[in-house]
Formats: sequence, C-alpha cells, structure tokens
Amino acid sequence: MSGPAGGGTATLLARIAPLPPVSSRAWLMVERNLMVYRRAWLIIVSGFFEPLFYLFSVGVGIGALVGHVTVAGHSIGYTTFVAPGLLASSAMNGAVYDSTNLFFKLHYAKLYDSILSTPVGAGDVAVGEITWAQLRGLGYSAAFLIVMLAMGLVDSWWAVFALPATAVIGFAFGAVGMAATSYMRSWQDFEFVQLAILPMFLFATTFYPLSTYPRTLQIVVECTPLYHGVELIRALTTGVGVGPGLLGHVAYLMIMGLAGLAVTSRRLERLLLR
Amino acid sequence: MSTTFAFRSMRHWAYQYKRAWRGSVVSSVISPVLFLAAMGVGLGTLVNHHSGSSASLGGVSYIDFIAPGLLAATAMQTATGESTYPVMDAVTWGKTYFAMMATPLGAADVMLGHLAWIGVRLLSTCTVYLAVMAAFGAVRSPLALLAVPAGVLTGLAFAAPVMAYAATRRNDAGLAALLRFVIVPMFLFSGVFFPVTQLPAVIRPIAYATPLWNGVDLCRRFTLGTATPGASLLHIGYLLVWVVLGVALARWAYRTRLVR
Repeated sequence: MSGPAGGGTATLLARIAPLPPVSSRAWLMVERNLMVYRRAWLIIVSGFFEPLFYLFSVGVGIGALVGHVTVAGHSIGYTTFVAPGLLASSAMNGAVYDSTNLFFKLHYAKLYDSILSTPVGAGDVAVGEITWAQLRGLGYSAAFLIVMLAMGLVDSWWAVFALPATAVIGFAFGAVGMAATSYMRSWQDFEFVQLAILPMFLFATTFYPLSTYPRTLQIVVECTPLYHGVELIRALTTGVGVGPGLLGHVAYLMIMGLAGLAVTSRRLERLLLR
Repeated sequence: MSTTFAFRSMRHWAYQYKRAWRGSVVSSVISPVLFLAAMGVGLGTLVNHHSGSSASLGGVSYIDFIAPGLLAATAMQTATGESTYPVMDAVTWGKTYFAMMATPLGAADVMLGHLAWIGVRLLSTCTVYLAVMAAFGAVRSPLALLAVPAGVLTGLAFAAPVMAYAATRRNDAGLAALLRFVIVPMFLFSGVFFPVTQLPAVIRPIAYATPLWNGVDLCRRFTLGTATPGASLLHIGYLLVWVVLGVALARWAYRTRLVR
C-alpha cells in the first residue's frame, strides 16, 4: 500500500525540507487542492480580506487614538507598528486553519484513505499538504505586503525578506498545527487550538510593544512563537533593530517547524497505514 | 404553533448543550478576559498616554470605552455563531429539524424554539461579560445592569435574520462569506474600538445603520451612565425592527425548507 516514497532517505529529506517537494507525487496533492478550490475560489479570496479589514480599522481609527509608538528609541506611527504584527498573525492563522482542516479530510472526507490506494504515499500527502498551505499563505502575505507598500507602511528595503519570513512562520505553525490535529478526537478539541492562538494574537506584541508589560510578563511573551514571528517581520518592514539577532527568531521558528513535521509524518503514517 | 411546542424544541438544544458546554466556556468566559486585558489594559495604556484621545472618547479611559462595545460585539458573534453552522447542520448534514418535523412540532415551533435557545445563550454570555467588565473596573453606573438585556437584544437582531439566511443555504460557502464580509467588518468599524465619527464621512451613515452600532451605543450609554430615554428608545426600536423582520423572514424560510 505504501508507495516507493513510503520510507528511505528520499522521504526523510522531503520531510525535513518540504519546499520544493522531492517526490513529484507530492505535487499531485497540490494539484488536487488547486482543482478543488477552483470551485470555491471565494473562500480563498476572502481569506485575504480579514487582515486587510483589521489593517484599515487600525489605520482609520485606533491609529489616531494611539498616535506614535516608541520601539528601541525610534518613534513609529501606530499603523506602521501594527501592520507587520497583523502580517505575522495572519500567516499564523492561515497556517493553523489549513492544518486543522486536515481533521475534516482525515476523519470525515476520508480523503487520504482513497489517495493512499494510489501510488501516492503518506509522506507525499504530508509534504503535499504543507506545500499547498505554504503556497496559499505566500499568496496572502504577498498581497498584504503590497497593500502595506501602497499605504506607505514599509520603511525599509529589508522588507523584501518579509515574504520569506512569513513562509517560516507559516511552516512553524502549519507543521505544529498538523501534528496537533493528528491527535484531535473531536471538534470540541479545537477549542484548545483557539485557546493557544487567541492569547498569542492578542498578547504577542501584535498591538503594543513588549515594554508595556512588567518584566515577568515580558519573559512569558518572549517564549511564545508568535512573538518571534512578529518581531522578525516588524524589524524587516520598519528597519528598526535589523541585525544578526533576527536569526535567533528564524532559528526558533525553524526548530519548531521541524519538530512539528517529524511528529506529523510519524502520526500520519500511523493513522493512515494502520 | 404553540409556546409549549416551541419550548420543547428549545429543550432539545439545551439538552445537547449540556453534553458539550465545556468548549463554550472558553469562548464565553476566557475570551472576554483576554480581550479586556489585551485591548482595554494593554492597548489602553498607549491610548490613555496619547494626548487628545480622551477627548475623542468622550473623556473616559479606553477600557471604559471599549468594554461595552466588546459586550455588544460578543453578543453579535455568539448569536451569529449559534445561528449559522448549527442551523446549517440541522437542515443539511444532521437533519435535526426534519426529525423534529416528524413530531407534532411545526416549522414555526422549530424556529422559535431554536431562537429562544440562542436567547438563553446570549443571556448567559452577556451576564458573564458584564461580570468580567466589573472585575476590570470598567463599569461606571448601576444602569450597567441594563446592558445585559441590551446585549441580548443586539444578539437577537442578528440571530433571527441570520437563521433565515442559513436555513435557505445548500452549503456553507455563503456562511463563510457572511462571517468574513459582514460580521468581521461590522466588528471592526461599528464603534467598538473607536468612535464612528473617526470614519470617513461617506462610510459613517453605513456604520450608523448597522444593528451592531446601535447595540454598542446602547450598551455603552448604560455602562457609562450617560443613557438618555430618547436615544435608548431609538436604539431599542431600531434593533426590534431587525428582530421582528428577522423572525418573519425566518418563519417563511423554515416553512419553505421544512414543509414540502
């Protein structure tokens, strides 16, 4: 039942480096999603608008109430401050949404059961699904960055690295989200996902700088993955605090993603090829 | 149609809820705490330090401004959540409504019972929200107790028309669009986070016409203690129009879908 890509070093490589997929069969997964969403393009397109509405709301309303924010001695307009936070959060939300979608496909649509009766293997499924989620996320992030640019919210040339940075965030959350989803028993368990996502969205310096917190809370915030994503993107789009320190954020997110991917592949094989 | 039958349909939803209430504790208790801490206290620190903001907020601190807005917005979200996918499920995947129709219950009983249950959920959600607000010190008047029925009314102004809409759908694509293009923009631009007067003049009338803004302003005047009988009655009347029209539409939609 498991195809040629069911084991061995080639799959291991594909698991560790999901982009570009090593096995051509993983692309079939991407192609399948592309065909499905051609009929539901509205869902894809609408995903782009939510962060945009948030950005407009901040730009037209909350920004005027806050004025400027001081980051590392630099005074930044509030909308310029929040925009990268929203970009990082939407990369997280998109990745988690896509990965929890796996639950429906796994348990209700039984999609993977039928796919595995073809030469496509469990490894191809994992890599293909992550690749698809990444491509979709990159589309949203690129569109959001263009809007930021048009609104004059990009202050630095470093912003060209913001797009790959969103891919790193998407990879980290997508992989861990898929791993978590593989352990879910019912829809009720998804409340726990919300319980992890919502506080991060609200508290991981998306809406106000770390200095707002007392030191003990700062340490808690610094441990969350979204904080690293937000700080990374914010440094790149504002140009404030760009330095080798940013690689620390990247490393945190990459390790998280690789750990999630390792768990996901193992769990998928167990769930699908039992 | 009879109230006894509608009550029986409501008990179905209450019974189901008894088996899955834990998940809703997260959304109805923990999320108000998180939102008030992040937006009211955290973002509030920045807003309160900015000169001139206090004047545009009517001389109150940001948490006092935003908390009643979030109460009304939570009522909207609870109501929409309960009247979209559960209704969709009951007419398509799970076919619960059709099972109810196989008993002496009529389409109107099925609809009113479900709406009444949403009202119960709204009552508990708004009560919890007000308690959390009080714990954050964001209640400035005893009139705030009226914010609970005001929140329930706001929620029902959404629940009834949304039930009518959801009952006519064949799949959930329309529901996703409703959430993303109607509910989310309303949440962000109807005076919850900043006064509507800050919006461009072209958009302002749209914001004033939304049921959410009417609910937000009604709740806000109650918790701040600035309510006047005239303005309050105007908001209540406007929200009631949405409820009555929504119920009429929902009765029609349920009869069309459930009676063949």
